[in-house]
Amino acid sequence: MELFLTEIANGLFLGAFFALVAVGYSMVYGILRLINFAHGDFFMVAAFVSYTILGAVAVGHAHLVWFTVIWVGLLVMFLTGLLAVLANRLIYHPMRRAALLSLMIAALGLSSVLENGVLNIPSWGSAFLTYPVTSPSNGFTIGPTHFTWFQLIIVVISGLLSLGVYLLVSRTLLGKAMRAVSEDRVAAALMGINVDLVIAVVFFIGGALAGAAAVMTGVYYGQINYLMGWTVGLEAFTAAVLGGIGNIGGAVLGGVVLGIAQSVGTGLFGAEWALVVTFVVLVLLLWLRPTGILGERVARRM
Amino acid sequence: MTALLETHNLSLRFGGVNALSDVSLSIEENSLHAIIGPNGAGKTSLFNCLTGYYKPTSGTVTFRGADITRMGAAGVASLGIRRTFQNIRVFPKMTVLENVLAGAHLRARSNLLAILVGTPGFRRSERDLHEYAMTSLEFVGLGEQATKFAGDLPYGMRKRMELARALIADPKLVLLDEPAAGVSSVEREELSQVIGRIHDNGISVALIEHDVELVMGIATDVTVLDNGRIIASGRPYDVRNNPDVIRAYMGRSRK
Amino acid sequence: MPRNLVADQGRRSVLSTKLPQRGAILILGVLAALVPHMTGNEYYLSVAYQAEVLICLAIGLNLVVGYCGLLDLGFAAFFAIGAYTTGLLSVDRHWTILATILPGVAIAVVCAVIIGLPTLRLRSDYLAVVTLGFGLIIQTIASNLTQTGGPTGIYGIPVLTVGSIVIQSATSFYYLFLILLVVFVFISFRVRNSRIGRAWLCIREDEDAAQAMGIKIHRYKMYAYMGGAVMGSVTGALYAPALTAISPPSFGFSESLLILMAVAIGGMGSVWGAVLGGAIVVILPEAFRQFSQARLLIFGAMLIIIMMTRPRGLFPEGAFRGTVKRLRERFNDRPPPRTLVAPPEAAVRDAPSEGP
Repeated sequence: MELFLTEIANGLFLGAFFALVAVGYSMVYGILRLINFAHGDFFMVAAFVSYTILGAVAVGHAHLVWFTVIWVGLLVMFLTGLLAVLANRLIYHPMRRAALLSLMIAALGLSSVLENGVLNIPSWGSAFLTYPVTSPSNGFTIGPTHFTWFQLIIVVISGLLSLGVYLLVSRTLLGKAMRAVSEDRVAAALMGINVDLVIAVVFFIGGALAGAAAVMTGVYYGQINYLMGWTVGLEAFTAAVLGGIGNIGGAVLGGVVLGIAQSVGTGLFGAEWALVVTFVVLVLLLWLRPTGILGERVARRM
Repeated sequence: MTALLETHNLSLRFGGVNALSDVSLSIEENSLHAIIGPNGAGKTSLFNCLTGYYKPTSGTVTFRGADITRMGAAGVASLGIRRTFQNIRVFPKMTVLENVLAGAHLRARSNLLAILVGTPGFRRSERDLHEYAMTSLEFVGLGEQATKFAGDLPYGMRKRMELARALIADPKLVLLDEPAAGVSSVEREELSQVIGRIHDNGISVALIEHDVELVMGIATDVTVLDNGRIIASGRPYDVRNNPDVIRAYMGRSRK
Repeated sequence: MPRNLVADQGRRSVLSTKLPQRGAILILGVLAALVPHMTGNEYYLSVAYQAEVLICLAIGLNLVVGYCGLLDLGFAAFFAIGAYTTGLLSVDRHWTILATILPGVAIAVVCAVIIGLPTLRLRSDYLAVVTLGFGLIIQTIASNLTQTGGPTGIYGIPVLTVGSIVIQSATSFYYLFLILLVVFVFISFRVRNSRIGRAWLCIREDEDAAQAMGIKIHRYKMYAYMGGAVMGSVTGALYAPALTAISPPSFGFSESLLILMAVAIGGMGSVWGAVLGGAIVVILPEAFRQFSQARLLIFGAMLIIIMMTRPRGLFPEGAFRGTVKRLRERFNDRPPPRTLVAPPEAAVRDAPSEGP
């Protein structure tokens, strides 16, 4: 029982990461109907970039100050956002009139380029790299389970970021513009909305969230690898679908639920089956409740 | 005249918008029924309900008395009802001939084995279908465009192709959504004749149009929609002189 | 009844593209058959039949992605199912290779139905991720079950014999897969020029309009996916004896991606495109062996560039049409025919409803 509770707790934290990546995935899908396969790889690149920056900054210091981690984190968020915007500008935007199939294949190409790009950079490569910062293990206990302060911080940061995005989308004018573009791009343009700018902002937000998740993942798990983006991407998409695609609250909820499911599944069957659990959850979901837990929010077709 | 396609108290709501409210109309067999009304009146929404693309919020659609409200688009098509679309939906990367052949999908009967083996039955079926397709294309004057990609055709030709594609299915009823939109006055005259000829061949026609002159010239029945409701229905002459109709078209500018 | 001259033109041009096509097939077929005689080098021949295997897979994927427009990212799973079924039944239960093909296909089709039924009914966009996950699951199962040999896989797969013919050398596998390739090409063309192929294309181009033709889109999507499953698993079943030992790493996402690249780069919706794409994807890295580490990087970049400049691939359907037409005109030495389009009135002799 104690083990079970620990697994659920772990699942919650895992879910926090999924949620952040899922929100970005979901938003891009909501606005473009595009499954950006490279999104998980933005996450991965962010992890490596933060690894390098922190490694460089840590030279000469025996112990990294938390303040440093924070500003590096913010920097990485910004850079990842830029990466996403760049990807859109260079690839998706010029292809905006092409068939969705071609767009998705281009996204796959980008994913391949990012992964193999990282693979071929000498100081990175294919090995599992140890992150320069590790999470402190001091914490507190509730009942039989032990939580660290860092875990709490992860949940809080994820929650705040997600809430921030949610408020942005639902309360601000920019958010309204995003929703308008999601519903009917042509009509939005006719209303004077700068569609390209809105799309760029969506990509930026998604990238930034992925960047935040990447830094936290690095600290929490202590290891990064060039394939981490691929699996996280798959899981994030499942989470987004689970909660209802296009729906921010759904992405968060889906992330948490999937995190818990994976954690429990790993406990029961072993780590290699974690992705299998994800997949089975996805198929079951599509059989039983295809619109997701909270319902989807994508443009109607006719 | 017997009723072919009818709606009974049809209503359609999207979010807060009442696209259709309590619409009951009847398209009779062998009629040429025009549906007119100002923009946003719900005409295309009506067509979408009739052809199985939208599920109405309440009310029913019946075909020869049988309830087809919940039937999907493919099911409605199998009943012999064909339609064209307001924003012309052709299959751009398929040839014109293949577009029309696609319309004959339900007329082809071969199964997979016959196709793979290439039985005489399959070959004959394909030959016949090609014949029908070419005849259909000639009917609308597109015989020599057969091998072009549909996406490369100019607007007017695409419209005609859509028509050929609907006709090859040997339909009982065709629903044409704004067939005269964007056509020149010369083409409009030809179009009017083509539609008339379709009707003369025993195919019932329902038609959404803005061009009131075109409509009055060929229609046997007219229904006027405004804001999702029927405001007039009957013979063209009666409808044209109906004060509510005049107000619907003219009254808007007086604000 | 008097025929319309214009329509005859249409009819003739529809049929006459078939002749040059058949000529090309014949020439290529003869050339391909002669390859083993031109070089006896085992290495080249094994590269050649690897290419043929990939081409067969690409032709199968072309049914799903190219014709029907469904993005399948886990095609290697069907390949794996075919190969592993053959491996298991032939090694553990001593079945002959040929006998194992049908069970492999059956399992692949059942999996296709389980995956496809919920997904294709809803959003085809989701199919991409679901198929990706499916590919992953199959690979994970293969890697982690002792029955499937775990990470080391299955070895000692017996020799394939067809009647009295023993197929063991690189040359004989070259011919075997060449025959399979030809069969797949034939099947593709046949199906393409029937109501099934047309229905698939309609679904790819515009699902909603396809329904207006009476096409039951979900059923046909299922057919496409199942067709791919059959071709993939048959290829896998015959590949197992070629390798004699199979292991999970050969059937992962990289492989699925490679097959997809072959179709996307070569030309979507075109059998010849799949052939060309398959050849490019296998032969190019062999030609540039020193870049093998960066192979996927280069292909990824190629994929992006090609999708941006030619979204339908290098040689999509109809790509050769302009060339054939120009060649014909040059050889016949006369200008293209000029005819007036007959106005609708003159063209009507009998309306379609009174057709033959």
